[in-house]
Amino acid sequence: MRTKSYSYWLFLAPVLIALTLVVVVPMLLGVYYSFTSWNGIVTGNFVGFENYTNAFKDERFMDALWFTVKFSVVSVIMINVIGLSLALLVTSHVKSSKLLRTVFFMPNLIGGLILGFIWQFIFIKVFASVGQIIGMESLQGWLSTTNTGFWGLTILMSWQMAGYIMVIYIAYLEGMPKELLEASEIDGASSTQRFRFIVFPLVAPAFTVSMFLTLSNTFKLYDQNLSLTGGGPYNSTEMVAMEIFQTAFTQNVFAYAQAKAVIFFVIVALVALVQVYVNKRREVEM
Amino acid sequence: MRRKWNFKMEIIGLVLALLWLAPFYLMFVNSFKTKREIFTSTIALPGLWNFENYIEAYERLDFLRTLFNSLFITVTSVLLIVLFSAMGAYALSRAKSKFSSVFFYLFVAAMLIPFQSVMIPLVTVFGRFEMLNQAGLIFMYIGFGASLSIFLYHGALNNISRSLDEAATIDGANRWQVFWHIIFPMLKPITVTVAILNIIWIWNDYLLPSLVINQPGKETIPLKMFFFFGEYTKQWHLAMAGLTLAIVPVIIFYFFAQRAIIKGVSDGAIK
Repeated sequence: MRTKSYSYWLFLAPVLIALTLVVVVPMLLGVYYSFTSWNGIVTGNFVGFENYTNAFKDERFMDALWFTVKFSVVSVIMINVIGLSLALLVTSHVKSSKLLRTVFFMPNLIGGLILGFIWQFIFIKVFASVGQIIGMESLQGWLSTTNTGFWGLTILMSWQMAGYIMVIYIAYLEGMPKELLEASEIDGASSTQRFRFIVFPLVAPAFTVSMFLTLSNTFKLYDQNLSLTGGGPYNSTEMVAMEIFQTAFTQNVFAYAQAKAVIFFVIVALVALVQVYVNKRREVEM
Repeated sequence: MRRKWNFKMEIIGLVLALLWLAPFYLMFVNSFKTKREIFTSTIALPGLWNFENYIEAYERLDFLRTLFNSLFITVTSVLLIVLFSAMGAYALSRAKSKFSSVFFYLFVAAMLIPFQSVMIPLVTVFGRFEMLNQAGLIFMYIGFGASLSIFLYHGALNNISRSLDEAATIDGANRWQVFWHIIFPMLKPITVTVAILNIIWIWNDYLLPSLVINQPGKETIPLKMFFFFGEYTKQWHLAMAGLTLAIVPVIIFYFFAQRAIIKGVSDGAIK
């Protein structure tokens, strides 16, 4: 097939048109609008970097950004530790291996919105009633403070995503040559040594994939945030994605919201690129 | 050397599995309780398994229609994404040129763009052309879904020898016939992956339909669930019945296709 031929363009046309109209044009328009006083109908004047400087002075936006960073760091660590532990567990000669995989993976199939509602019930009603029975005061009033909202979100995300990350680690663990492990066992390596010097280096590529997936999923989180805490109390558990949505569709300041959206894009893209670069280098060294 | 059955791990695993299922257990048992029963205990089994909550939730959710809307949007979008992405990736992999690599990197780069960054102009532009409806939603899913799908198909196509294309062409097949009768069937394993990843995403998506679907009666399950839950915030017994109803179709799908689903998700993440 040549790029000059009709068939080349006919084969490409549907996806190319869809991508252009749905992603490329809105992205370019968005960058342009972020430098204006656009209100959704009239483009308005060119205002330079005003929207951007305002965004960095916007306390609510900066709080949301900081909350998102804290949430992502804690969640990425928790999800990966739990996910890798589950993967080691189900690959360690247990008879119920298949059943366990099925169970741990299940939450991933259900939408974040619905999972958030289920956990809202657990944190608010179940925690309170269990707390009453066993006399633990700290189980009362979950999701009504910033702190419990934060941990509520990380627990929900760890429960949901650990099984997903487990599946990725399993793929690498099962691809590992068994002779290596057996040889090291005969040579007298302890299980900690085997993990540190054989398993860990061989599953290093899995870290690249898992870190990338968890980071991008947690950093861009919206559905779970909306259904579990709704950003409350007093917007203190609001993450960037929700803050942008609120600025755009509740406060109706489109150009300003779009400037925040562009900042969001730059951060997401930078983190992704840096991470892939760092992980690729580490893999080679190990 | 055969390793022994690991009894300790077996027990830990089963306990953890029960812990993992606990949220679903709590949702399920409380969906049968009365408001008063939930107030006294959230953990015990219901005194009486009555289906009244379900009858009310079923009506309020307009369940059959909502389920049909979700099925219609998901099935149509995924079929089109599979077909168009396979076609696009086929063109990109068979015509090696500057155009092709620019397009390929464009699709890959688009994966980095978070939805919020294009959301506002997207909705205003489509709104101006009266495209905030089911057709517009499906079109948007093709645009957002194409990137990852093309990426996956492109990888698989590079492993299929071009000599097959050439042999078929010599035998008189045209481009479409080569693609449809020879190449596309060979892509079946990756098609399953692409379809599963897109089904999970589109079926569960809330934000995009909430911005695009404004007509009553056209809501998908997550969208209807959001309104339903908002109305019944303090009526947990009804909310739990509604949530259980919303999850049942997914559990059925998982029951029949779990091996393909887990394989698809793992392949999609690793490639």
